[in-house]
Amino acid sequence: MEIYELTAHELIEKLNKKEITSTQITESYLKRIEEKEKDVQAFVTVTDKNALEQAKEIDEKIANGEQIGNLAGIPIGIKDNICTKGVKTTCSSKMLENFVSPYNATVVEKLNNENIISLGKLNLDEFAMGSSTEHSYFHPTHNPWNLNKVPGGSSGGSAAAVSANMVPWALGSDTGGSIRQPASLCGVVGLKPTYGLISRYGLVAFASSLDQIGPITKDVEDSAILLNMIAGHDEKDSTSINKEKVDYTKSLVKDVKGLKIGLPKEFIGEGINEEVKNAILEAKKTYEKLGATVEECSLDIGKTALAVYYIIACAEASSNLGRFDGIRYGYRTEKFDNLREIYINSRTEGFGPEVKRRIILGTYVLSSGYYDAYYKKAQRVRTVIKNEYQKLFEKYDLLLTPTSPTVAFGIGEKVDNPLEMYLADICSVPINIAGLPAMSLPATVNSEGMPIGIQLIGKHFDEETIFRAAYTFEQETKFREKYQPKFNK
Amino acid sequence: MIREDYEVIIGLEVHCELSTKTKIFCSCPTEFGGEPNTHCCPVCMAMPGTLPVLNEKVVEYAVKAGLATNCKIARNSKNDRKNYFYPDLPKSYQISQYDMPLCYEGNVQINDENGNKKTIRITRIHIEEDAGKLNHDEYGRGSFVDLNRAGVPLIEVVSEPDLRSAEEADIYLRKIKSIFEYIQVSDCKMQEGSLRADVNVSVRKKGSNELGTRTEMKNMNSFRSIVRAINYEAERQIGELEKGNKIIQETLRWDDISGKTFPMRDKEDAQDYRYFPDPDLVAIKLSDEYIENIRKELPELPEVKKERYINDFELSQKAANFVTSSKYYSDIFEIATEKSNNPKAVSNWLMSDVARILNEKEEEADKIPFTGEQLGELVQLIDKGTISSSIAKKVLDELFENPKSPSKIIEEKGWIQISDESAIKEVVLKVLTNNPQSVADYKAGKDKAIGFLVGQAMKETKGKANPQILNKMFIEEIKNM
Amino acid sequence: MQITDNEILHIAKLARLKLADNEIQSYKKNLQEIIDFTETINKIDTNNIGETIGVNENYNVFRKDEIKQESNKEELLANAPSQDEGMFRIPKVIN
Repeated sequence: MEIYELTAHELIEKLNKKEITSTQITESYLKRIEEKEKDVQAFVTVTDKNALEQAKEIDEKIANGEQIGNLAGIPIGIKDNICTKGVKTTCSSKMLENFVSPYNATVVEKLNNENIISLGKLNLDEFAMGSSTEHSYFHPTHNPWNLNKVPGGSSGGSAAAVSANMVPWALGSDTGGSIRQPASLCGVVGLKPTYGLISRYGLVAFASSLDQIGPITKDVEDSAILLNMIAGHDEKDSTSINKEKVDYTKSLVKDVKGLKIGLPKEFIGEGINEEVKNAILEAKKTYEKLGATVEECSLDIGKTALAVYYIIACAEASSNLGRFDGIRYGYRTEKFDNLREIYINSRTEGFGPEVKRRIILGTYVLSSGYYDAYYKKAQRVRTVIKNEYQKLFEKYDLLLTPTSPTVAFGIGEKVDNPLEMYLADICSVPINIAGLPAMSLPATVNSEGMPIGIQLIGKHFDEETIFRAAYTFEQETKFREKYQPKFNK
Repeated sequence: MIREDYEVIIGLEVHCELSTKTKIFCSCPTEFGGEPNTHCCPVCMAMPGTLPVLNEKVVEYAVKAGLATNCKIARNSKNDRKNYFYPDLPKSYQISQYDMPLCYEGNVQINDENGNKKTIRITRIHIEEDAGKLNHDEYGRGSFVDLNRAGVPLIEVVSEPDLRSAEEADIYLRKIKSIFEYIQVSDCKMQEGSLRADVNVSVRKKGSNELGTRTEMKNMNSFRSIVRAINYEAERQIGELEKGNKIIQETLRWDDISGKTFPMRDKEDAQDYRYFPDPDLVAIKLSDEYIENIRKELPELPEVKKERYINDFELSQKAANFVTSSKYYSDIFEIATEKSNNPKAVSNWLMSDVARILNEKEEEADKIPFTGEQLGELVQLIDKGTISSSIAKKVLDELFENPKSPSKIIEEKGWIQISDESAIKEVVLKVLTNNPQSVADYKAGKDKAIGFLVGQAMKETKGKANPQILNKMFIEEIKNM
Repeated sequence: MQITDNEILHIAKLARLKLADNEIQSYKKNLQEIIDFTETINKIDTNNIGETIGVNENYNVFRKDEIKQESNKEELLANAPSQDEGMFRIPKVIN
């Protein structure tokens, strides 16, 4: 077995037992990246030299018996919309092609404090806007299970890299499914934590009221370990919640007896692929067999939530992306005679079509005369949606739905039809609208061998129950032992 | 002069920089000056991924300002984004407050130019961030963006259109400035741009109840130009209406050199600020207790102070008005009075000579360089007969140039009053010898002649002799002749 | 709501974007589709829903008024497309 095939917790164990060194781990992953990157194209920047230097330093410290924490020396990949000081943060946009952040995101600081080694920055749909990673300015990322398919998005680089064993784990960000949907399409574990659990400071904002950073990992245990590392209050983020710290690894018990799970029938109905639907029904049986009760319930909010999402997310994005004006940083056009042309030409040349589409939609819904009809109304409907979940959570501990209505689609298949692409988010978006935590974990593969994920949705700040149910399911179904990506062309 | 048959309607939006140590949404210093872009961080430079966190003092100061202007304080409030592109606005939106300002429905009392009491209603006071600064290169190489000011906290005080003349607007603005100085939420330095006003002007025929179309002049930062601009704009509007033209609602730029207003914004660039609640910030909820604690800490406000000065110090209405018109005056007044125990003399000095000198220098009371202690000592020295009032005026001039203890000044300059008769006897005799006519006049019953002789002796002693002593000596000497 | 060419152009101008002629049509079509889709929210009764402030239960998140200076000017200006004398350089802005 190659080192790169191990999970992060297996690496930690071996490293702590001094069976392997950080340098060996890092070299193994760098070799794997070299091998697979031409097919997968998960990275924007590989920081191989830095990573090796850091690994050597850590090995020396370990050899000298220094106390540097038991996670020290484990590599990671970081989605390229999370700011890293001294290393380019591009958001996969021409606008930030050469941008080097003068500061570290809070989550990056937390990783540094644990001596985690960054292998590089991972590809995404430009500014995290998309569901396929085809909207990257640099290159699309390919799904390791079938290279002609998309890995999902926007954290497609992160999910594909974890799935292809090019990194042991990665950070993604999730605004409407951007962690969970690619995790589902790539057969890995993706968690969107409760809004406010993780600091957004240093995450280049797409939609501030929806964005959340989270782990993409090979298994549930890694997800808990990485969440332990990055969760916690940050005084630099006003929306970050000040709560007592929880050790999520304590929830990794194989026991769901007495757990009440709701299965909203609308999410296995119209528009959901038959094989995806069957995977959910299989999961229902599994949970029932293990002692949980799974009950059908009703949650008729899918399309409404999607509409609310596109109004709120685009409105916030249109404002958040105003700062890219060609003055202080980022792309500046060469064609200008005056200030106005700097603005218009830099933005027109620097942003890709999907980003422009969303800026235009967002500007439209906020503009004079439309604000009340769209934005204000959407905010109120958002409250209605939150209340709907609240009601279900009075009865259930968790909700079970698909993560994505389909398995991975072909590269180029939906890129020209924005609305159809947006519909790919119908199962994941409502969670962001309600600010809830949700995890996508691989359940099975379809007839073509493409992974299908299930989504477990928890109450606010109840990641623990998600971990418990996910861990139990994983131990029972053993997806990783049964299926591995084959890099089919 | 504005035509008698028209009425001018003025509303003011006063922007006032708060004197917090740090910016509104980050921990950079607000200090004025400094090398360009050195009071900056990733947050106020709007680096991607950065987030704002509200400075607690900004809320406290704004509430203070609201309470001092009789506003209601909102129990629930929020921050909104005002979106527009300009190079001094790094995020391309200004964090401000749109429909839920911290303070609303207040008022201040002013005495109008005829001394009548008048209430000016305040619509609202909200908090927002200042923009950066554009420096222009005279060689045409371009403009340069300095973001030291970006993110400095402001309050915007919006008045109802209750002002009816340029003079009234001037009095109102001075009042606002004075109140904010008293409660120490701002240093209100107009020359540093920490107090500026957007002025809305419209005109209508007297007797009409409808408001005319208004124009707005932005970023006015001197009392003088505000008065000139209002008068110019009112007359321009009346002129247009008299010609049968309509007033266009627009933003104007006042040009101090030509004394005219010009349209400012690009016409095709219709503004649409797309306000919406800032999702990076959370609700502001103020409890009754919080508000009451701030109310308790409010210092004595000028109106109350004025009454106290009239009652306790027997100042005239006019003197009390003047002394309380600025915190800088009343601070000096109180200390100087304590020192000299002569409130009337202190207020007279402030009202006449101090005000005159400031006026000559075109400066405001905040530029008084000496302390209340020093002015008090000056009054004491006069009262004790150590110096004459003419010497005292010279000491005051000196206090403006090189402030130090007045007794030190008169000692260094040799200005101590001579009351020793033997020391001035020679001068008295000399004056008598040189002015036989005056002596004869006095003897003939013209008492005024003594005044002339005293004046001559004062001239001889360069003002240092005690005039009372001189007076007595001349009478005695003439008697003995 | 029927979106017109002029509206698209106005919105693009507000957003400081320039649309080529063919883009106007495609963006208009996309926008129209998405706007039509979002009309679905009008079916939801929100009469009893008050305005909520903020994205979660957090409120009164304040910072102490204490100076912290952690950045240096060189780092902050390092990404500037054009700079001079420690400032960001832009074409001359005339009032």
